[in-house]
Amino acid sequence: MNPSREITLRVNGNTVRAVCETRTTLLDFLRDHAGLTGTHAGCEHGVCGACTVQLDGASVRACLLFAAQVGEGQITTVEGLAPPGAMTDLQQAFRRHHALQCGFCTPGMLMTADALLRETPHPDEAAVRAALSGNLCRCTGYQPIIEAVLDCAEARGARS
Amino acid sequence: MNAPDRAGLGNAFEAAATGTLSGAPIERVEDERFLTGAGRFTDDVRFEGMGHAAILRSTHAHARIRRIDCTAARALPGVMLVATAADIAQANKPIPIRLAPLPGLDRFLQPTIAADEVRYVGEPVAIVVASSRYVAEDALDLIEVDYDEGPAVASITQSASNATLVHAAVGTNVATQYPVERGDVDRAFAGAPYTRRERFRCHRHTGAPMETRGLVAEWNGSLMRVWGATKVPFFNRGLLASFFDLPETAVDMIETDIGGGFGIRGEFYPEDFLVPWASMQLGRPVKWIEDRREHLMAANHARETECELEIAMNLDGTIRGLRGRVMADLGAYVRTGGGVAVSRLAQYLPGPYRISDFGCEVMALVTNKTPVGTMRGPGRYEANYFRERLLDLACGDLGLDPVAVREMNLIARHEMPWPIGRLVPTEGEGAYDVGDFHSGLHKALSAIGYDRLPRDGALIDGWLHGVGVACFVESSGGGKSENARIVARTDGSFDIYSGVSTMGQGHETVFAQIAGDELGAPISAFRVHHGSTAHVDYGWGTFHSRAIVVGGSAVKLAAAQMREQLDALAAAGHRGPPAEDIEVKLRYDTKGPTYSYGTHVAHVAVDPETARVKVLAYVALEDVGRVMNPLLAHGQAVGGAVQGIGATFLDELRYDENAQLLSGSYADYLMATSTEAPAVQAVLLEESPSPSNPLGAKGAGEGGIVATAGALANAVGNALAAWRLPLTSLPLSLDNLARALREARSAAAVPGQDH
Ligand code: FES
Ligand code: FES
Repeated sequence: MNPSREITLRVNGNTVRAVCETRTTLLDFLRDHAGLTGTHAGCEHGVCGACTVQLDGASVRACLLFAAQVGEGQITTVEGLAPPGAMTDLQQAFRRHHALQCGFCTPGMLMTADALLRETPHPDEAAVRAALSGNLCRCTGYQPIIEAVLDCAEARGARS
Repeated sequence: MNAPDRAGLGNAFEAAATGTLSGAPIERVEDERFLTGAGRFTDDVRFEGMGHAAILRSTHAHARIRRIDCTAARALPGVMLVATAADIAQANKPIPIRLAPLPGLDRFLQPTIAADEVRYVGEPVAIVVASSRYVAEDALDLIEVDYDEGPAVASITQSASNATLVHAAVGTNVATQYPVERGDVDRAFAGAPYTRRERFRCHRHTGAPMETRGLVAEWNGSLMRVWGATKVPFFNRGLLASFFDLPETAVDMIETDIGGGFGIRGEFYPEDFLVPWASMQLGRPVKWIEDRREHLMAANHARETECELEIAMNLDGTIRGLRGRVMADLGAYVRTGGGVAVSRLAQYLPGPYRISDFGCEVMALVTNKTPVGTMRGPGRYEANYFRERLLDLACGDLGLDPVAVREMNLIARHEMPWPIGRLVPTEGEGAYDVGDFHSGLHKALSAIGYDRLPRDGALIDGWLHGVGVACFVESSGGGKSENARIVARTDGSFDIYSGVSTMGQGHETVFAQIAGDELGAPISAFRVHHGSTAHVDYGWGTFHSRAIVVGGSAVKLAAAQMREQLDALAAAGHRGPPAEDIEVKLRYDTKGPTYSYGTHVAHVAVDPETARVKVLAYVALEDVGRVMNPLLAHGQAVGGAVQGIGATFLDELRYDENAQLLSGSYADYLMATSTEAPAVQAVLLEESPSPSNPLGAKGAGEGGIVATAGALANAVGNALAAWRLPLTSLPLSLDNLARALREARSAAAVPGQDH
C-alpha cells in the first residue's frame, strides 16, 4: 500500500482535513477530499490550465503540486471567488461577453484572470493574452474571454 | 437546468403574445453554474463505494498477443477486477456503424477489447478496477503482456499497396471504394483549354475537447445507468442493451455537463461497453476518466486524407469540370462514424460553384493508427481546402483574379434549388435549398475592407502581406426526426424535454427562447432537460448541427400546441396556471438537410526569413438562415474559426514510420492559445431562411471551421506569390512553410528557372 498521511489545508477560508495518499495532487485533494469539483483536470501535465487555483493569491496549477506541499498556504478555488449565490464582477463580465461555452476551462480562466487583475489592474489586450496563454480553451476562440477581462478591468477603473 | 423564477412568469396564461426572444442576444441560463464551479461534469458524478477503472492499452501498432499475465495486478491490495478478452463473453462482438455504412466498411469493425491481435497504439487490452485511480494505474503497471510485434501500416500509400495487411483475414486494406459522378466529367475535360492536377494532403488531427472522455456506470441488478456519453444517448442505449441482451428500458443514459464535443465525444467506443460491463461484474458503480494521453491515442482521430484533384477551366476562368480521387486513412478499425468524413469530402468537393460535371473516386483505407471519426465540419474542412487552393493555383496560372473567378462560378440565387446529384452512396439525390452565395462573398470582402488591404506580397516592415478567400457550402440538420415534450406545471412554469444533447452550445437558453416566443413567457419560466434517455421516447442526439434546426423546430411546434391548449383553457374562462399539469408530446420529422454557406477572408503577413505567419484579420461569414441568439451564434462562429485556424497551423497527430504516435501529450499536440488566436470577425447573415423547417434555421455550429484552411492557405500563398508555392499540404506549420520556402529558393537559384 502506498503511504498515507493526514493533510490539512486552508481552502477558501475553511480548514479541510483528510487522510490521503502522500502522492495525492492538490487537484485530486480539492476534488476528491474537499468536495470542490469546480477545479478541473484537462491534462494533468501542467499545460492546459483547467486546474488553475490560487495559492496565496498567485495562480498555480493544482495538477503539478502535491497537496502535502501546500503547507500553510491559503488556497482559493473558483467556489471561493464569491459568496454562495453571488458572482464577482469578473464572473458577470464572462457571462455578459459569452466568454464560456462548455464551461470546462472557465474556472481556470477565472482564477488566472482574477490573479492578473489583482497584480495588474489595468492590463492592455496584449497583457491579458499573455496572462491567459497558459489556459487552453477549445470552444470560445479566446476573444470573448479577453474582452470580458478588459471590460471588467475598465469598469473597476471607472468605479475607483 | 435553470431554476424557474417563480415571480414574473409572464403572460402565458393570459393571451397569445408574439415573441421577441428569438433573435435577441440573451445571456445564457447555463452560465451561472459554470462560473461558480457548480457544473456537473462526468468526473463530478460520484458514488459511495465506487470503483475506479483504468485501461491497459497496446504499446504496439501491430502485434499478436501471445500471453497476458494479470497475477501480480490481481494481487495488489485495492484491486477489485482485472479483465482481459478471455474474461469477457462479449469480447468479440463488434461495435456497429452508426452513420455512413459505406459498402465494405463493416468488415473492419472494432471489437470491445483486443483478443489476440492489437492494431493500433492505444487499443484496449485489459481493464482494471480498483479503489482509486491511483491504485488502478499501479495495477496496470503490473500486467505483463507478451507481444509478438509485426509490421505496421503507417501511411495511406503503404496501405494502398496491400503489402502488409491490417486485417489479414479480410485480405485487403481497402475498406471501401466507390465512384461518384454527376453530369459527364470526361466530356467536360475533353478539349478543355486549361487543366491542372494537384495532389493534396490534409493532416491528421482531432477535436480534443478540454474535458476528456469519461463514464460512470452503475448496475443495480435490474437497471444500468450510465453517465457521461453525451451525443447520441438513445443510439448508445440501444447498443449497450444489445451487448447485454437487455431490453432498452433496462438502460438509462444520463447526460452530464460536457466539456466540449466537436464530433469526438459521445460516440460508442470500446470503453462504453467495458465500463458498464465492469460495473455489472462488480455490482458496484464504476468510474472511468480518460487521461489526456489516452485521449490523444484512443479517442477518435480525424481528417487525414490525400486527394488528387484536377480542374478544367476555360481561359476566362469558367470552371468546366472537376474530377479527383480521395483516399482517407480510417485508422485500424471502422468506428461508428468512420465513413462520414470521406463520403462528405467527396460530396463537398464541387462546393458552391456551378460545376455540373464532377466525378470522384472515393477510397478509404485502414492503417495501424487510431481509428477516425467525425470532427466538426467532417469532410468539409478538407474538401474546401483542396478545392479553394486549387482554384487559386489555377488563377495564378491563368493570370486571373481569384475573387472575379469565384464570382463568375458561384451558383446564383435564381438557380436554386441547385441539384447536387447523388454523391453519397447511402443517400438519395440532393439539392442546395436556397442561398445567395454572391451576397455572402461580397459582404465578407467588404467586412474585411478587401479593397484597401495590402496583398500580393506587398512588403511592409519586412513582412509580406497576402489575402486569401474561400467560399463554402455545407449541410446541416441530419437525423430524420426529433422529439420534444413540454409540460405546463401548476405553478406556472414549464418543463421542456428534448431528445438532443448539448456540449456547451447553449441549447437550454435557445430552447427557452423558442418556446418563450410561442408561449409569451420569459426565459425564467422554463426548465430545459435534454440528452437523457428518460426524458422523451427517443432522441436522435446532437451532430450535423442539427440541435436547433431539428430539435428547435420540434420545441417550437410543441410549444405552439401547448399555446393552443392554454388558449382553449382561457377561452373556457380559466385564469392563471392550469389546475393540473398539461403535457404536449410531439415528434418533428425533417424534410431533409438544409445548406448554410458563406465566405472566409484572411489577411496575413509572412516573414520571408523565418516563415512566421501572423493572421492580421479574419472574417468568417455564414448565412445561417435565422440567428436564434446572436451572442451564441457568434460564439460558435468565432470558436469554430479559431479551432480551424489553430488546426491549419498547429494541431497535428504525428506518427513515425512504425505507426508509433509521436504527439501523445499537449506538449507535442499544439493547439491555438490566447496569444496565437487572432481576432476573428464573425458575420452572420439571415438572407436565406431555410424553407425546410419552421424556424428557417440552418446549422450554425460548423461553418466557422470549414473554410479556414482554404482561406489561410490562399492568403499565405498570396503573400508568398513571388515563390509560387503550391501549399498543397497541411498543416502550414512553421517547419513545413520554412521548408517550402527553402526549396522554392533553391529551385529559383537554378539558372534558367524563374520564380
Ligand atoms: S490539468 Fe493542470 S494544467 Fe492541465
Ligand atoms: S468554454 Fe469550452 S473549453 Fe473553454
